[in-house]
Amino acid sequence: MQLSSRTLTRLAPWLLTLFVIVSWEAICRGFAIPSFLMPAPSQIVDTGIDMAAPIMQHATHTLLTTLAGFVVAVVFGALLGMLLGSSRLIYKAVYPMLVGFNSVPKVAFVPVLVVWFGIGTLPAILTAFLISFFPVVVNVATGLSTLEPELEDVLRSLGASRLDILRKVGLPRSMPFFFASLKVAITLAFVGSVMSETVASNVGVGYLMMSASSSMNMPLVFAGLVVIGIMGVVMYELFAQLERRITGWANRGQNSGM
Amino acid sequence: MPGQNEQRECLMSFVEFEQVSLRYTEDGPKAIEGVTLHIEEGEFVAVVGPSGCGKSTLMKLVTGLKAPSEGYVYVNGRQVGGPLGIVGMAFQASNLLPWRTTLENVMLPLEIVEPYRSEFKRRRAEFEAHARALIARVGLAGFEDKYPWELSGGMQQRASICRALVHKPRLLMLDEPFGALDAFTREELWCMLRDLWQEQPFTVVLVTHDLREAVFLADTVYVMSKRPGRILLERQIDLPRPRDIDVTYSDAFSAHVHVLREAIGRVRES
Repeated sequence: MQLSSRTLTRLAPWLLTLFVIVSWEAICRGFAIPSFLMPAPSQIVDTGIDMAAPIMQHATHTLLTTLAGFVVAVVFGALLGMLLGSSRLIYKAVYPMLVGFNSVPKVAFVPVLVVWFGIGTLPAILTAFLISFFPVVVNVATGLSTLEPELEDVLRSLGASRLDILRKVGLPRSMPFFFASLKVAITLAFVGSVMSETVASNVGVGYLMMSASSSMNMPLVFAGLVVIGIMGVVMYELFAQLERRITGWANRGQNSGM
Repeated sequence: MPGQNEQRECLMSFVEFEQVSLRYTEDGPKAIEGVTLHIEEGEFVAVVGPSGCGKSTLMKLVTGLKAPSEGYVYVNGRQVGGPLGIVGMAFQASNLLPWRTTLENVMLPLEIVEPYRSEFKRRRAEFEAHARALIARVGLAGFEDKYPWELSGGMQQRASICRALVHKPRLLMLDEPFGALDAFTREELWCMLRDLWQEQPFTVVLVTHDLREAVFLADTVYVMSKRPGRILLERQIDLPRPRDIDVTYSDAFSAHVHVLREAIGRVRES
């Protein structure tokens, strides 16, 4: 009984995915929905196989663009988070502006980037960066600023400098927060890069979908969506594994996912 | 318990408070007021009082984390102007770092306090042996490489006291270190602390709610008033040492506890 419930937990995501695909297929066929409105999964797979080479080429480009933006976001976000988390004054000063900036829809910002940097990869990298650094900043800052006061007293009474406290306690302590934010940030980075490719690029999955939809090739549009989704899930899982490996001490015992 | 100390500076006690008051904010209420006390090197002092009487404030003053608003605090013949490094601290929560093993937690002060800090890389093996010996001394042998969550509350507290002692501080400050433990574990840890102190005397200031704990361990017990905290009573505990846990059932012991209990009772009513 115990074993079967564990197996069920492991199989559940696959079963649900299968169920959705089968129902989707059944609905499309049952109601004879034309493929230019809503393609069935089988049609999407067919198109995906037919167009495998160009899809892979565009997807690789999107993946690299996303990762570039993501890496910049992580480095910048971690540094800014450290700054915010270690000084109350800086936190107070910067936070409102940061929230304001994060509230601006980044799609509205893409035209600005295009004016500055032209059409292509650079605006996509920057959009991925702009949309994904915020959770990293917030999490790192939170991890640093929630240090137990007694622990800080112990260290300060020993004559530890702020840098000592940051290195010995602050940073290791904020690692779980940091890795949690990476999982969110990588998925957001995909949103950013694809969005920018859709608006202003001639390469990448976003561009592929845009040009496919203008020729009413809906199966190809959906194939693009599926590819993005798969890339997102794979990257998310990669960082989840990394998190478990490095900061296992933070969620011992429970088999917590997020 | 006179320590074999090398300098006897101008007849000053190891820790001196002279008419010390502290306000946490500029014109807020005083947390403590007019506190004068003298602690000799190697003396075991307990401070008891109702909650919120500013006992923890004393710890902040001695360790240099706070400067007094009025009066003077001297430690080791010098006015306290900042963190000292000759102090070890432990609190009610063990505050062990969850990503470090017991051994790594205990060795943390050696990575921060001079002179250990600059010699840490070179003499690591030696320091580690010292830390392991201390860990074994408090009864945690075999748990050096376990993580804090794998230890019971009492064991975590033992490790926390090891961490407070590993850099051989001359002054150990304890803020209700046994407050969260069950009665049996607490008495075990009293004995552990007693033995550590008796083997190699250092000065201890123990802040506690537990009058039996104070009488069992201390040479001198101070009773503090409600806020603003003042010293109401200073009582020498003349029970012979080494003290066995059985002493807690003696009449002399009960008499001491009784006097302290009455003093606290008066504070609470007033």
